[in-house]
Amino acid sequence: MACATHWIRKLTMTDTTAKTAPLLVVDDLRVAFPARGGGMTEAVRGVSFTLGRERLGIVGESGSGKSQTGRAILGLTAPQARISARRLEFGGVDLLNCTPQQRRALRGGRIAMVLQDPKFSLNPVMTIGAQIAETLLAHTRLSKAEARRRVLASLESVRIDDPERVYKLYPHEVSGGMGQRAMIAMMLIAEPDILIADEPTSALDVTVQLQVLAILDALVAERGMGLVLISHDLRLVSSFCDRVLVMYAGRVVEELAAGGLHEAKHPYTRGLMACLPQLGQSTHPLATLDRQPEWAL
Amino acid sequence: MSTHQNLGHSLELKADHLRVVYDGFVAVEDACFTVAPGESFGIVGESGSGKSTVLRALCGLAKAEAGTIRLTGTNGADAGPPLPGSKAFRRQVQMVFQDPYGSLHPRQTVDRILAEPLAIHGMGDAETRIERALDEVGLGTGFRFRYPHQLSGGQRQRIAIARALILEPAILLLDEPTSALDASVQAEVLNLLDDLRRQRNLTFIMVSHDLAVVTHLCDRLMVMQRGKTVEQLAATDLAQRRATNPYTLSLMHASAGFRRGTAAAT
Repeated sequence: MACATHWIRKLTMTDTTAKTAPLLVVDDLRVAFPARGGGMTEAVRGVSFTLGRERLGIVGESGSGKSQTGRAILGLTAPQARISARRLEFGGVDLLNCTPQQRRALRGGRIAMVLQDPKFSLNPVMTIGAQIAETLLAHTRLSKAEARRRVLASLESVRIDDPERVYKLYPHEVSGGMGQRAMIAMMLIAEPDILIADEPTSALDVTVQLQVLAILDALVAERGMGLVLISHDLRLVSSFCDRVLVMYAGRVVEELAAGGLHEAKHPYTRGLMACLPQLGQSTHPLATLDRQPEWAL
Repeated sequence: MSTHQNLGHSLELKADHLRVVYDGFVAVEDACFTVAPGESFGIVGESGSGKSTVLRALCGLAKAEAGTIRLTGTNGADAGPPLPGSKAFRRQVQMVFQDPYGSLHPRQTVDRILAEPLAIHGMGDAETRIERALDEVGLGTGFRFRYPHQLSGGQRQRIAIARALILEPAILLLDEPTSALDASVQAEVLNLLDDLRRQRNLTFIMVSHDLAVVTHLCDRLMVMQRGKTVEQLAATDLAQRRATNPYTLSLMHASAGFRRGTAAAT
């Protein structure tokens, strides 16, 4: 059974990637921030990948540059940072040299982002329904009634049982899992081509995590979106994504295929796996990561 | 110089029908458990299950509306076990909080953070105690005059552990001690806790949402859901998947990662 689903997934994946040109091309992306003592510190140092209509995972520890990679694609990098790349293209649009207007039209419309914690990323003084409608109306011209209908449909698509009720609620009145679903509904309502999810489930309980991932998974499959899932959780990402990029010190150190976690070759990836405690295996003491200076070269 | 007097500890912690209510909301209902001296006891549950509230009630940060918390057994030189809420109790029961970014005073140096509990409990010999505490958590005296913002998350959590251990308590309460840390740092902190427990014969009560972390560190655990105890079982039973309760099973299933076949019907 598990084998069959795996086979079907592989088939659909190669099918879609073969048919369409990559949605997003990132080539030698660099993001540098001014350092305190003058000079620049590079947080992202030459990241390259392409994204089709697939699930791509980016994994790394804090400070590895994974979130900055996602933010640079969306144009959300802090203004003092310097971004450079040989190519940063989305659907034929050069993201580095396009006008702010073009960028705004893309952001939220064709590229959307789900952030980590719904407590901080939702507007606390607007109802959930009104926030989702705002996103929709920023990108399309619709009547109020039509917008409301679309918002309710989007809430339903993220498996919220009573969308009418949730529409009228404020963020503080819903649970974390519900808030994150609302956030996903908001990001999906403009029907983007790419969804960048930066730690979308880290603030949630384990059981809720799986529900949210299942929703994302179904939406990717139904709409043929490209998904970039950024996370620190190697095990979770590798069980969810078609491909996983492992980042360390601003670089991609390894690319793994779906479920190919045990085939990881880079000592960093292997070390990261080894230091996780596992149910049913007692290893005392746990292996720790012996960081080699050459990994960061 | 004397080593740790803790080796003589044999304090048992017993919570009986513990009930905690916040403004009419029952956060913990009828929690009963006993933690034997030197044992490591885990409490697992999702947010809102009341697991942290149990810890807060144990150390007196939350008021128990009903039920009792008791220490039994002997404690080295002292005559009887200290009563909850007393200063002696607090010296024996220390807590390490979840977020190392929030639990250390941002404008105090490590030295001052570590000196405060010593001053409160009138323990002399601060100089050597601070140096030894830093040494034991693997930081060394070079960190003594740093501020928390000059430390990484893992180093901060080590300071928080040093602050709790400097009083040489018998029981350490750990509230998600590694959930704010990276996986590799988590492994280091878990190893440190493991070593310290063995060296000092400490009793741990650890709260976590991560089943793998709890079973790694604890001998026995309690699963909580919405303030109620779901079940208590041995960590080995959980590790070998001998849990029977459906909620525990769903937690185990969830911690195994995402499975497409079952989670999504596509």
